[in-house]
Amino acid sequence: MTSSALERGSVLAVESDPGGGFVAPGLSEFYPEPVATFSLLGVDFEITRITIILWIATLAMIAFLVAAVRKPQIVPGKLQYLGETGYSLIRDGVARDVVGPKGLPFAPFLASLFFFILANNLMAIIPFAQISPMSKFAFPLVLAAICWVLYIWVGIREQGAGKYFKDILFLPGVPKPMYILVTPIEILQNFVVRPFTLAVRLFANMFAGHMLLVVFALGATYLFTVGNFSAVFGPISALMAIVMTFFELLVIFLQAYVFTVLMGTYLNGSIEAEH
Amino acid sequence: MSILAAESANPLIPPLGEIIIGLIAFAIVLLVMFKFVAPRFEQVFRARREAIEGGIERAEAMQAEAREALEQYRAQLAEARTEAAQIRDQARAEGQQILEELRVQAQQESARIIARGEEQLAASRQQVINELRGQIGALAVDLAGRIVGESLEDEARRSGTVDRFLDQLDGMAAGSPDGRPGSSVYVPEGNR
Repeated sequence: MTSSALERGSVLAVESDPGGGFVAPGLSEFYPEPVATFSLLGVDFEITRITIILWIATLAMIAFLVAAVRKPQIVPGKLQYLGETGYSLIRDGVARDVVGPKGLPFAPFLASLFFFILANNLMAIIPFAQISPMSKFAFPLVLAAICWVLYIWVGIREQGAGKYFKDILFLPGVPKPMYILVTPIEILQNFVVRPFTLAVRLFANMFAGHMLLVVFALGATYLFTVGNFSAVFGPISALMAIVMTFFELLVIFLQAYVFTVLMGTYLNGSIEAEH
Repeated sequence: MSILAAESANPLIPPLGEIIIGLIAFAIVLLVMFKFVAPRFEQVFRARREAIEGGIERAEAMQAEAREALEQYRAQLAEARTEAAQIRDQARAEGQQILEELRVQAQQESARIIARGEEQLAASRQQVINELRGQIGALAVDLAGRIVGESLEDEARRSGTVDRFLDQLDGMAAGSPDGRPGSSVYVPEGNR
């Protein structure tokens, strides 16, 4: 498997030959050549390097978690400690503190979200992968859709369908004429905006992060190869690529955590009657 | 998908295949988390909490036990002290008793010794009296014979005059008002 940057570099060389100028990486970054394509029950599947990265990230995270709890001890080893720290962050920090007293049963789900997103996001800066599957809208969308179904189902289960939908349609404590304004906003907020923003926030962050890294990396490569005065700016572009990689690391953790915490607040809204 | 096709693709409209792949991947993570990872973590947290709480409980139990032991020791010490005092008192009493007994014994002993001495004295006195009786008779007859000028010895032995006189003397002594036999004889002997 070649790194995205190298692959783009070769494509870039071909593309930039006729004009002789720098061609910025585009959407094609996220549509690599499929390794294999097949059709199953009328659905087309494309196995691209991003799909493979998704599987590697997922399996690596599962392997890490299983290894962390394989021989659980009261005094944890390094691996167990690392796994516990991550799990406790979600279990105590989100499931217990954000979702509320009834939140602990949701800890495994929230932890799954966190670890799954984190593992996939980390692929954005791991050499030779260097793209997060979360920058493909399908994967954040799947997660957001699952969250959407879950928090509505929990709301119906905890409050009863009538009360849950009535509270959303007619927000308690709002003067009656205001419902003309508030009700459409609330419906939009709860059933459209929440899942959409959840998915788009993660997707856009990883998408933009990848674009940023690729632009600086390819820019540096290009500036080094043009062979004129522009080469002076090559190191600056390379340095920026490195700096942005560290910034990306921050974004990777932050987005995984933010997604989980927001899902926690939505669950909290579904469990507790008062908004 | 070719690069040209990619440029025209909308990144916000994902293909169904990718969605299904994403679903499967996340489902596997969920499965492993629910079935294996989360229960183990919960188990560890529970074990840890129990270990800490158990430690505190054990420490409290030990403290209580130590307090109890201290109380017990104190009680035992007090008991031992009273017991020692009792033993001391008893020993003192016993010592007194022993002393008393010894004193009584010594008194008895001395009384016995005195009594034996008296007995011996009485015996030797009787002996002396018996001896003297014979000698006094002979001496008196001898003196009387010298005074009379002839030997009265045979005559006196014949008639038993001396013996009769002495018996008379004894009889007088027995009839004396204080009723103590031989006292009239004893006194002259003491004076002599």
